[in-house]
Amino acid sequence: MDFGFSQEQEMLRATARKFFENECPSTFVRARMEEPAGVTDQFWMKLAEQGWLGLIYAEEYGGSGLGFVDLTVLMEEMGRSVMPGPFFSTVLLGGLTILEAGSPAQKKEWLSRIAAGEAKAALAWTEPNARWDAAGVTVTARENKGAFVLSGTKLFVLDAHTADVVVVVARTAEGKSPEDGVGLFLVPKGAAGMTVKLLPTMDATRKLCEVSLTDVRVGADAVLGGKGGGWAPLARVIERATVALCAEMCGGAQKVLDMTSEYAKIRVAFGKPIGTYQGVKHKAADMLVEVENAKSLTYYAAWAVDENVPEAPLAVSMAKAYASDAYRKVSATGIQLHGGIGFTWEHDLHLYFKRAKSSEFTFGDATYHRERVAQLINL
Amino acid sequence: MDFSLTPEQQAFRQTVRAWLRDNIPSEWKHVGSSEIPRVEAYELLREWQRRLYEAGFIGLTWPKEYGGHGLTFMEELIVHEEMALAKAPPILNVLGVGMAGPTIIAYGTEAQKKRYPSKILSCEEIWCQGYSEPNAGSDLASLQTRAVKDGEFWVINGQKVWTSFAQVADWMMLLARTDPNAPRHKGITYFLLDMKLPGVVVKPLRQITGEAEFNEVFFDSVRVHESEVLGGVNNGWQVGITTLMYERLTLGFGLQMRLRIALDSLIELARRMEKHGRVITKDPLWRQKLAQLWIDTECLRVTGARAITKLLRGEMPGAEASTGKMVWVETHQRLQELAMEIEGPYAQLWKGADRAVDGGVWQHSFLRSQANSIEGGTTEIQKNIIAERLLGLPKD
Repeated sequence: MDFGFSQEQEMLRATARKFFENECPSTFVRARMEEPAGVTDQFWMKLAEQGWLGLIYAEEYGGSGLGFVDLTVLMEEMGRSVMPGPFFSTVLLGGLTILEAGSPAQKKEWLSRIAAGEAKAALAWTEPNARWDAAGVTVTARENKGAFVLSGTKLFVLDAHTADVVVVVARTAEGKSPEDGVGLFLVPKGAAGMTVKLLPTMDATRKLCEVSLTDVRVGADAVLGGKGGGWAPLARVIERATVALCAEMCGGAQKVLDMTSEYAKIRVAFGKPIGTYQGVKHKAADMLVEVENAKSLTYYAAWAVDENVPEAPLAVSMAKAYASDAYRKVSATGIQLHGGIGFTWEHDLHLYFKRAKSSEFTFGDATYHRERVAQLINL
Repeated sequence: MDFSLTPEQQAFRQTVRAWLRDNIPSEWKHVGSSEIPRVEAYELLREWQRRLYEAGFIGLTWPKEYGGHGLTFMEELIVHEEMALAKAPPILNVLGVGMAGPTIIAYGTEAQKKRYPSKILSCEEIWCQGYSEPNAGSDLASLQTRAVKDGEFWVINGQKVWTSFAQVADWMMLLARTDPNAPRHKGITYFLLDMKLPGVVVKPLRQITGEAEFNEVFFDSVRVHESEVLGGVNNGWQVGITTLMYERLTLGFGLQMRLRIALDSLIELARRMEKHGRVITKDPLWRQKLAQLWIDTECLRVTGARAITKLLRGEMPGAEASTGKMVWVETHQRLQELAMEIEGPYAQLWKGADRAVDGGVWQHSFLRSQANSIEGGTTEIQKNIIAERLLGLPKD
């Protein structure tokens, strides 16, 4: 057993931290919040040059062939800088679905371009019913002369407005169980019948879209994997993306803790730094516990999905349940300990507080994942 | 990052598992929470620890020449895990194994290292901890028990309190003030005190459970030979702090593992109890509570694995190691509260009531758990330590 990071992983962390400190300061984040794209071409190409857009893809697809534990390190650093933009949607949602379910030709076509920074992808999975299970997939894909016709509405779709290709999850048939008859379809940008509406969001660093599909026709070559067997690969993608999200949450929470303990050392009240008072100390210690626990469960989940061990789904749900609560609590306590300044637009804390909130409700909140834990331990 | 075991470690796990299957005493009842040795079980537990010692499953990380096995924390972890899964009885001489032994190995003279550790492991000699005093609890450095040099001897006068196991202990880890004029952290010495010496008086303290698990210990001109000083005169604070570090690492780690036993029992309880005609495990609200306990218990396990990895790599444990005690406390106390809540009105029934659930064992462990956030460093002190040492917040 060796439950720690390797020297190479620590080096990746150091490189990433420096990179984001230079390239993604809060001035950059705030500028991107005001724009629809959430990213600049220049920044995106720098991510590509670092090899991070293809970090987890095999070398034959232009990637570095690294694992999920490596990705965890990178995601923590991205979370630390509240990095905006379509990295998550491209690499971990759209791209990963193509990796999991695509044919060699589909992978070759899309993953190489994603890794090179030439294409962005998104995953249109969830719908207005806000369900995380297979029964939530109601967008239809009717087979018609070897082609498919997609109709319905997708909601909470990350970065669909900047994606060159949207992977649409749609129902091809009513099966015995909701998991049967779910298909995955590659829909290129600008496809006739697909409209993408960018939605105003509380966390402006995350761009959410509503995707309306009205008789969108795609060919048989647009199907990823079997036409009705899309749920299993999708579930694996969501599991992996959830771990990556947890890592990003841990990085953000750690940054809030760092900001808060630094502030508690210099802010003076009643003649002493506020960090002298136990009312502040104990809250700061609670924050540290939350952060460390969230990391423990996230690292464990990253290892579990990397090794594909049987307890991976349980490990993922434990991590997301914990991280959802932890990031929310830590970022709220950070504001509390900063006092009035923490409530201002000028201070960066609200970027983290809002990211905690958007992350909490992405791929299921703590309540959802606790119920999933209950099921997986056969309660 | 790798959670898998080497073939040797897997074989070791199988050996431990098979041995536990054949050797857990049939009289042992694991219902409820069994992480703290109960007074009525002391004799059974003394025999249990001796058998563990003879089988070679205790003191794994201690050097061979001092009765240990020279293995790594990985083997230690495996034994703890298997004992938890098998619902094995706890270690009786827990303060000796978790604190006294490692401290003696770290600071002792060769004679001390030959004399004490192996008898700690075999449970031939039970140890208690003489730190807290009526006026020195969290503020340990204000302790007043005095030791005055008289020839080759130190003469001890004073009082300790909340001393678990003192009524059965052969030895005590004693902190006493040897230089009252020095700054308070600098004038303390760590003694290995023979509890049978004249002038040592143990008076049981009846606690919230009704039992007398801990005690007051009085010293009336007790003469301790100078060879029983551990780690040098006036160096006791340093030595004592080391003890606490071991306590948090090894003893704390064992407790975390054993949380699993209590959790399994709680879930089993929830499966057979109903509320308003519905089995508790089928109630959505209860599923949330039980799942959160499961998550927190697993979290302690993997956090422990992070700390152990650092030890195995020869590094100092980081932030993750310091949170273990308080997280364990919070989780265990919540678990015990939930047991009461599951029992509902039955929670009021005490041992002796025919209708008491599981013979009233949960009521005892619930009450006992109230001490968890006080003993071994209060939660408030743990938070101060985390804030000051890990986050660098200023001391008052």
